[in-house]
Amino acid sequence: MTNNSTATQIPFVGYLELNDGEPHLVAHECRSCGARFFDRRNLCANCSGAEFKSVAVATHGTLRSFSIVAFAGPGVEVPFVAALVDCDGTTVRGNLINCDPTPDAVHLGMAVRLATYSLGADSNGVEAINYGFEPDLGKETR
Amino acid sequence: MSASEEVWVLGINMTKFGKYPDLDAVDLAANAVIAALADGGVTMKDIGVVAAGNLLGNGAASGQNVLKQVGQTGVPIYNVSNACATGATAIRTVVMAIRAGEVDMGLAVGVEKLSGVGLLGPGGQGNKDAGWEPKGRYGAVGGIDGRLGTQAMPGVFAQVGMEYLHTYGQTDVSVFARISEKNHSHSTLNPLAAYNKAMTYDQIINDVMISYPNTRPMCSANCDGAAAAVLVSGSKLKTMSLEQRRRAVKISASVLTSDPYQEACQVLPDVNTLTRNAAKIAYEQSGVGPADLDLVELHDCFATAELVHYDNLGLCAPGEAVSFFESGAPWRDGKTPVNVSGGLQSKGHPISATGIANVWEICHHLRGEAGPRQIEGAKVGLAHVIGLGSACGVHVLEKSSV
Ligand SMILES: [Zn+2]
Repeated sequence: MTNNSTATQIPFVGYLELNDGEPHLVAHECRSCGARFFDRRNLCANCSGAEFKSVAVATHGTLRSFSIVAFAGPGVEVPFVAALVDCDGTTVRGNLINCDPTPDAVHLGMAVRLATYSLGADSNGVEAINYGFEPDLGKETR
Repeated sequence: MSASEEVWVLGINMTKFGKYPDLDAVDLAANAVIAALADGGVTMKDIGVVAAGNLLGNGAASGQNVLKQVGQTGVPIYNVSNACATGATAIRTVVMAIRAGEVDMGLAVGVEKLSGVGLLGPGGQGNKDAGWEPKGRYGAVGGIDGRLGTQAMPGVFAQVGMEYLHTYGQTDVSVFARISEKNHSHSTLNPLAAYNKAMTYDQIINDVMISYPNTRPMCSANCDGAAAAVLVSGSKLKTMSLEQRRRAVKISASVLTSDPYQEACQVLPDVNTLTRNAAKIAYEQSGVGPADLDLVELHDCFATAELVHYDNLGLCAPGEAVSFFESGAPWRDGKTPVNVSGGLQSKGHPISATGIANVWEICHHLRGEAGPRQIEGAKVGLAHVIGLGSACGVHVLEKSSV
């Protein structure tokens, strides 16, 4: 990531880190029980602990579940693949991207990796960057 | 009365589910209440507490507005809201009031006007021209539906079913459409179902795809409907007529749970753990086991959901839901008939009415009044609902021995 990208890019969600090495997700990990969360926290949902540390989430994982969404609310482009990815023990939701949204192309258990893409620039020229998961062909075993 | 006071269903009714262009939610709720009172042989003057559910009416069919049409007796009214478990929550509220000894008779009612309502779920992805600005608990600069997976119900529950297959190393998604085939077939015998049409496996998989693997007939049917139940304490019931005692149905277990923390439960709603917990408590409370159940109405809001609840309710051994279905067990002539009403996929799912209508279906069989779709000799049944977010209601019901 180059320096000028920090000025003109914004992550789509707060837990996507674009400026610290390769893009990756950062979770709040409970210091008491190790439960991980992606949202702003009050306390830990598992143990009510109050202290969290930021941890990098694995960028490679396996497809734990999915649905190919063909009907959605207004303004949501379809079809897309809604995915649940097991990233080395931390489950993450996102879209499966760079992959045909068809049952022939998507398999439970397939190897995937984090990838980013642009959602376009706003009127100030700031580009929003989102993450998804793409087939990890190097690891694909099927 | 004591905390161990028995609670019985004295009168219960559901309207036909379907389209009611000329009736509003208050009319539908009032019709169900009037019929439930008549079914129990009592009037509003006998009712000591009311619990009412109506999610999408913005208060239009509050308990107060229903009583304004059927009898403003001044009793306490609890307007309850628990997503698709709202009806079961209304029943649970009345059960608690009776068990607490505050009243000896109460009314639960749920109603929804849903016909013509499209896909329930969020939409919109924000307006980038206004400037990307982080908002909400995820610091998202736009709407997340469709950008971070799906928040719409058909896709959420599709993932619930697909995750089950993945967990147990299975890949054949055809079981989901075959579950739907069963429920649509069952509904042909239910005159109160919104849809009474049998559908073949091929018709189901070739229908409009909503969220793979769920096609349209594999999704719960949006429709209008209401259901109401009059509950009575065991000691009050003892003072009532032989006919009332004979038709009364015992609530052997009444359980409501919420979702306990599990890894990933804030990523994809976990509808499994709270159902397993509710079932465990319900079997303990009632002394009834899954093998004793003559019929089950479970929350098949999508075909992909029905599969996981075979397992969650202990109807099969862990991981064996697919083979349980393939054995024919949940068909109406099988070992454990599931959703002989047609289920939410064909009977319909007017949200707040659903948790009471499921109990009505069980009562109908236990009373031996289900006509052509009667499960012969039914003595024990279980009604289950899930509200996403999540809430789970389980009621175990037993035939009167009078
Ligand atoms: Zn914790």
